[in-house]
Amino acid sequence: MAIIDEAAYGRFRERLRDYQQLVGQFFGGPGLFIVFLGVGLWALISRTDAFVIGVVAGSVFALGAIGLTLIYGVLKFAHFAHGDSMMLAAYLAFFALTGVMVGERTDTQVLPWSLSDLPGATEPILNFSFGYGLLIAMAIAAAVMVAVFILLDRLIYRPLRRRGSSIVTFAIASLGVAIAMRSLILILWASFPRFYVAGIRPTTDLPFGVRIVTDQIFIFAASLVLAALVYLLLFRTRLGKAMRATADNPELALASGISTDRVIIWTWVVGGVSVGIAGVMLALQAQLKPELGFILLLPLFAATILGGIGSPQGAFVGGMIVGITEEVAVTLGFLSPGYKFSVAFVILILILLLRPQGLFGAKT
Amino acid sequence: MTKLRAVLGADGLGGRLKGERLLTPLTFLVITATVILMPAERSGWDVNGVINFLAFFATFVAIYGIFALGLNVQWGYTGVFNFGIMAFFLVGANTAAIITKPPASSEYVQYVGGFGDKLAFLPILGSDQWLPFLFGIAGAAVFAGVLAFLLSIPTLRLREDYLAIATIGIAELLRRITIEEPGLVNGTRGLTGIPRPLGDLVSTSDYKFVMLGIAVVTLVLVYVAVERGIRSPWGRVLRALREDELATAASGKNVFAFKSQGFVVGAMIMGIGGAIYAYANGAVSPDTFTHFFGTFIFWAMLMVGGSGNNKGAVMGAYVVWGFWTITLQLQGYTSEHPGPLGLSLPVVLQSRIFFIRDFLLGALIVVVLLLRPQGLLPEERRVSIWVERHAKGPPGARPPPAEQAESPPD
Repeated sequence: MAIIDEAAYGRFRERLRDYQQLVGQFFGGPGLFIVFLGVGLWALISRTDAFVIGVVAGSVFALGAIGLTLIYGVLKFAHFAHGDSMMLAAYLAFFALTGVMVGERTDTQVLPWSLSDLPGATEPILNFSFGYGLLIAMAIAAAVMVAVFILLDRLIYRPLRRRGSSIVTFAIASLGVAIAMRSLILILWASFPRFYVAGIRPTTDLPFGVRIVTDQIFIFAASLVLAALVYLLLFRTRLGKAMRATADNPELALASGISTDRVIIWTWVVGGVSVGIAGVMLALQAQLKPELGFILLLPLFAATILGGIGSPQGAFVGGMIVGITEEVAVTLGFLSPGYKFSVAFVILILILLLRPQGLFGAKT
Repeated sequence: MTKLRAVLGADGLGGRLKGERLLTPLTFLVITATVILMPAERSGWDVNGVINFLAFFATFVAIYGIFALGLNVQWGYTGVFNFGIMAFFLVGANTAAIITKPPASSEYVQYVGGFGDKLAFLPILGSDQWLPFLFGIAGAAVFAGVLAFLLSIPTLRLREDYLAIATIGIAELLRRITIEEPGLVNGTRGLTGIPRPLGDLVSTSDYKFVMLGIAVVTLVLVYVAVERGIRSPWGRVLRALREDELATAASGKNVFAFKSQGFVVGAMIMGIGGAIYAYANGAVSPDTFTHFFGTFIFWAMLMVGGSGNNKGAVMGAYVVWGFWTITLQLQGYTSEHPGPLGLSLPVVLQSRIFFIRDFLLGALIVVVLLLRPQGLLPEERRVSIWVERHAKGPPGARPPPAEQAESPPD
C-alpha cells in the first residue's frame, strides 16, 4: 500500500499551479510578442526569400482581415461571407476589365464595351503586369461591393438586428450569403481558374538576391496603405470615434447621440471598399477561382483574432504573422505544401488558448 | 413605402404572412408529389423503376436525417455552433470503411485497419456480415466523439463563433490529411468496395431494401435516444444553457462540461451518420467531402425543418434532399427528351442547374431566418417526461397543454 504525504502533495500541487499560472501569463502576454518577433527576425535573416514571399501572402491576408476585423468589431458578428465577397469582387473587376461571362458553353463577350477597350488600359504601368484599366476595375468592384453590402444589410442584417437576434443567427445568415455568392460566381463565370493578365509576369530583383514578381510589391504597398487609412479613420476622425464607441457599447453610443445606424452603414462602406481591394489583390497574387473564397476564411479569421478583433493594425500584423509562418514552415520543410493552410489553424487554436483577446485587443 | 411595410409587416420582412399554417403540409405535399411523379414520368410510368428510385431516395433521407439530428443536438438544443460537420462526417465514414474492409492487399490500394474478415465470426440468421458493421458504427461514433472533445477544449469556453471558425479549420485539415497521407485512407482515390452490412442475405438487386431498413432503423434509434435525452434533466440543462448561460451557471451547473457533452454527443451521432453513409454508398473519397455538401446542406436541413425540434430535423432532411433530387432530375429535361407539355430546360440553365440549386439553398437559409426562423416545425417549449406522464394522470393535476414556441430559438 502506497503512503502519500497529503500535505506534501498539496504543496506540490500548489506550486505546480503557480508555475502554470506564471507560464500562462508569460506566453499570454510579453512572451507571445517575443516569440513572434524572434521567429520573424530569425526567418528574415536565415531565409530571406521565404520571408519576403510570406510578407506578400501576409499582405493578402491583412487586406482581407482589415475589413473583417472592422465588421467583426462594430457589428459584432463573424462575417462568414468575407472570403466569398473578396472573390466576388475579384470577379466583378474581371468582368469590368474584360466584359466576359460564360454563355451557353464557352466564354462570351456580354458587354459591348469594357475597360480594356480604353486606349492603353492594358499597357503595363512601370514594371507591373497590369495597366490602369485594372485599377479602374478595382474601383468599380469596390463600389459595387459597397452597394451589395449596404443592400444585404438593409435586406437581411438590419431586420435581424431589430429582432435582437444573437450573433450566431447573423453568422448563419452570412454563411447563407457566402454560399449564394459563391454559387453566383459559378453561375456567371464557371469554375475554371482565370487571370487578369495572361502569360509570364515581370519580376524585380530585391537586395540580398531575392527575386519577386513586381505585382507583389504593389500588393504589399496596398495592404500597408489600407491598414494605415483604416487606422487613421478609426483613431483620427469623428466617424472613427463613433465607430469605436459603437463597437464598445452600442446602447451607450446611441444614448450619447451617435447615430448607430449611420455608423453601421459606414462600416459596410469601409468593409466593401476593403473587400474590393483585397479581392483584386488576392486574384493578382493567386488567381480567380470560386473555391478560394471559403478556404480563405481560416487565415482571415486567424489574422483577425490574432491581431485582436476591431484593431486594423492588429489585422495587419496578424496577417503578416500568418503569411510569414506559413511560408517559412513550408520552405524549411516542416510542412508539405498541402498542409500550408493548417498553420493558420494552429495559430488560431494557440491564440485562443493563450491570449483570446489577441495581440492588440483589450482584455474584457 | 408604407404600403410595402404593411404587406411585409413592421419588422422589414419579418412579419407574418397569411396562410402560414398551411406552409408545412403544403411543402411536404409538393415535395412528395414531385419526388414520386417526376421519376415516374421520366421512366414512362414504370412502377419498379419508381420504387427503386424511392428506396434510394428514402435511404439517403434517413442518413441525412441522422446528421440533422446530430446538428440539432449541437445547435438546436445546446446552442453550440458547428460549421465543420464535414469533419465528423469524414471521420465517421472513413473509420467505418477501414474497420469493415478486408486488409489492403495491392500496392495501389493502401489504407490502415482492415479488420472486416477477423470480425465476421459470429453468424446470426445465416449471415456473419453484421458484427464488423456494428464495430464500424461504434468506431465511427467514438472517433468523432473524441475529435469533438479535443476541439471543445480550446474553443467552448470562449465566444460561440470561435468554435464555428475552429470547426471549419478542422474540417479542412482532415480533408487535406486524407489527401496528403495516401497510406491512411488511400489518398485521392478514396476507398471503394466497402462491404455491405447483411450483404450475404439477399441478392444484389434487392439489397437496396435491406440498406433502407438499416438506415431507417438507425435513424429511429438515434431519434428515440435524442428525444429521450432531451426530455431528461440532462436535456433541460442543455436547453437552459442555450437560453441563458449565466443563469445556468448560477444554478450550479458546470457550463463547459454540459456544452462539451452536447457537442460530443452531436458529433457522435454525425459519426454514426457518416458510417451509414459509407455503407449505403459503398465508397468514400475526398471528393465526397466538400464544405458545401459536407456541412452546409445539413445546416439548410435543420434551419428549414426547425431547429430545436427532432421531427423538424428529419422533416428538413426530407424537404431539402427532395429539393436536391428534384433539381438533379430537372437536368434530364433536354430538348431531345422534353418533359410534360414539351417543356425543356434551356442549355444555358442546363449546364449550371447545380450552381443555381446551390444558390437557391444559400438564399433559402437567409429567407428562413428572416421569414420563418422557427422552421417548418417549431420547437416545443415544454419537453419533460415527467410533465407528460403527469398530464395523463388525474384531471386535477393536468398542466395546460404544451404550447408551441412563438419566438425563434435564438
